[in-house]
Amino acid sequence: MSRSTIDLWVGIFTAIGIASLLFLALKVGNLSSANLSNTYTLEARFDNIGGLKARGPVKSAGVLVGRIAEITFDPENYDAVVTMQIDGRYHFSRDTIAAIYTAGLLGEQYVGLTTGADETMYKAGDTIRQTQSAVVLEQLISQFLFSKAAEGEGTK
Amino acid sequence: MRLSCCCHQEEMAGAGASAKITRLFFRENALSDDILVDIEDLHFNYDGRPVLEGINIRIPRGKVVAIMGGSGCGKTTLLRCIGGQLKPSGGRVRLGAHLLSAMSQKELYGIRRHLGMLFQFGALFTDMSVFDNVAFPIREHTDMPEEMIRDLVLMKLAAVGLRGAHGLMPGALSGGMARRVALARAVALDPMLVMYDEPFTGLDPISLGVIGQLIRKLNDALGATSIMVTHDIQESLLIVDYIYFISAGRIVAEGTPDALRASSDPFVHQFLHAEANGPVPFNYPAPPLRADFLGAA
Amino acid sequence: MSHPATWLRRLGHGVIESVWRLGFAMRFLLAVLRFSGVVFSRPQLTAREIYFSGALSLLIISISGLFVGLVLGLQGFETLQRFGSTEVLGSLVALSLVRELGPVVAALLFAARAGSAITAEIGLMKTTEQLKAMDMMGVNPLARVVAPRFWGGVISMPLLAALFSAMGVLGGWLIGVVFIGVDDGAFWSQMQGSVDFRYDIVNGVIKSFVFGVAVSLIAVFEGYDSVSTAEGVSRAITRTVVTSALVILALDFVLTAFMFRGN
Repeated sequence: MSRSTIDLWVGIFTAIGIASLLFLALKVGNLSSANLSNTYTLEARFDNIGGLKARGPVKSAGVLVGRIAEITFDPENYDAVVTMQIDGRYHFSRDTIAAIYTAGLLGEQYVGLTTGADETMYKAGDTIRQTQSAVVLEQLISQFLFSKAAEGEGTK
Repeated sequence: MRLSCCCHQEEMAGAGASAKITRLFFRENALSDDILVDIEDLHFNYDGRPVLEGINIRIPRGKVVAIMGGSGCGKTTLLRCIGGQLKPSGGRVRLGAHLLSAMSQKELYGIRRHLGMLFQFGALFTDMSVFDNVAFPIREHTDMPEEMIRDLVLMKLAAVGLRGAHGLMPGALSGGMARRVALARAVALDPMLVMYDEPFTGLDPISLGVIGQLIRKLNDALGATSIMVTHDIQESLLIVDYIYFISAGRIVAEGTPDALRASSDPFVHQFLHAEANGPVPFNYPAPPLRADFLGAA
Repeated sequence: MSHPATWLRRLGHGVIESVWRLGFAMRFLLAVLRFSGVVFSRPQLTAREIYFSGALSLLIISISGLFVGLVLGLQGFETLQRFGSTEVLGSLVALSLVRELGPVVAALLFAARAGSAITAEIGLMKTTEQLKAMDMMGVNPLARVVAPRFWGGVISMPLLAALFSAMGVLGGWLIGVVFIGVDDGAFWSQMQGSVDFRYDIVNGVIKSFVFGVAVSLIAVFEGYDSVSTAEGVSRAITRTVVTSALVILALDFVLTAFMFRGN
């Protein structure tokens, strides 16, 4: 049992372990892409956020531009306040519409930003004025059923 | 190539404590009538069952004393009380000027640096070589440079005749050799008191004689005091100065080897001549024969 | 056959006994922590234990991780194909590994490989009176023998779990991309899009650290508390593996409930 051999092996072991951690952090996780120091926040108010979750994606034209930091309920206006961390490289005009979409039929929900033609841009901390709430499937179905029922009564 | 960095902080504090203890040992030496181990009315209960019931032993400096008795009579318990590993249920154990029951765990560790103990089967550290085993207490308790440790270890190994075996692992040693290495380890720090727990168990006659001679020789060479717990009467009579007999937790006989040889005490007689029946009965307590064999019929 | 009252008494006795042991184990943990200064004052003792419990587990951990990843890749592809969403294979493999399988399976393997070895070693040292001998020489076995093994395990565990996850991701990639032909870019980008560093990876590392403390404590405790016979040591080893497995899975549930509440 020589001490130097053990030290060598402990070194190899530690190096492999740290390399694995780095691999997980950089290649598997999104530490490299999520540059937290270089973001700004925008807020948006929705009547209904559906199944939106904190840490969900914020996309514009299908490209990931930020993440949802926090979702809170405003007890005065009775609506949901969604705080988003937007990548510092992207800026959005003041007539941007924030809408909640669903990826695929049953996929996760995300905030989609659609820019308009306005020259002035939103600054950090601003609240997006135009929003469009989530489409809730049950509401859609019940609306459809009620309208069908109304139609039926009308023709009778 | 182990670095000699045994000097952690605890070590520094410990060095002061051990210096104090050494001084007390010597002061006590000058004052009292040369009694190193003084056991007064020692009681020990294990799970409520009495193991030792009022043991009185005084061991003078420089002597080799044997404590004898059948298996399970509490001899090993007695040794562990002397080493402070077990707290007695009653009575006092003094080592020099120290009352063991009044000492904290830290002080006990301090005083144990001056004790050596040989365990029944050697208790060598199986993951270290013979050399590292003997060096272990030196490295743990001192910050000697590695060359000095080397010389010291080889000297101790030479004293038990195993200088050439220093590179072997304990697994490669015979029972007798392992016992000798353990002996070298027990005396590595030149202890005041060496305790032997069944040093002769499981040894062939030659190894047995060698160990016996070594115990006596090392005791005299180091100026130490030795306590030996054993049931090997013939070997003990040859090397010890004084013998205590323990049975059922009490001292039933004591004396020098010559006095015991001449003794007419029935217990001593039974023990010396290895008789099956006597004060120590052959039969385990049982209901009368009639009840066991005829009762069911 | 046995009377219900006897049965009940035995059950009660068992419960009291377990609670007793749990209390003793906690006191033991505090004692080990108290004597853990040795980790800093004599690092080579702990390095040696990292070698035994960590470096010697490298092979089993990487091979098992690779195979688990291969299986995840195959099964995941098989299922995802039905929904036509094979491009999320990367996320599936990575999330299962980083959050759950990596820490849990690595800890189970660690308990079987290193935990049992630690218990056997300490149990044997106790049986052959090496611990008593050390104590008699004025060297505290908790500091000299137990604490380095405990900390060696605690340090090794997160690194082994990370290695397991990394090998698993490589295994999933091997099956999905190299053999089946899922798009390489989609595999990695889907993975990176769904695996969050703080939320998933750091929580996984915290899990494996907790498992490391639990398994190492169980291993050193069972060894230290073992009955000093050959049978006693073998029983202690069995208990180490069984208790570790149960504790890992139970702790995993608790930690998962705390960490991933789906918001």
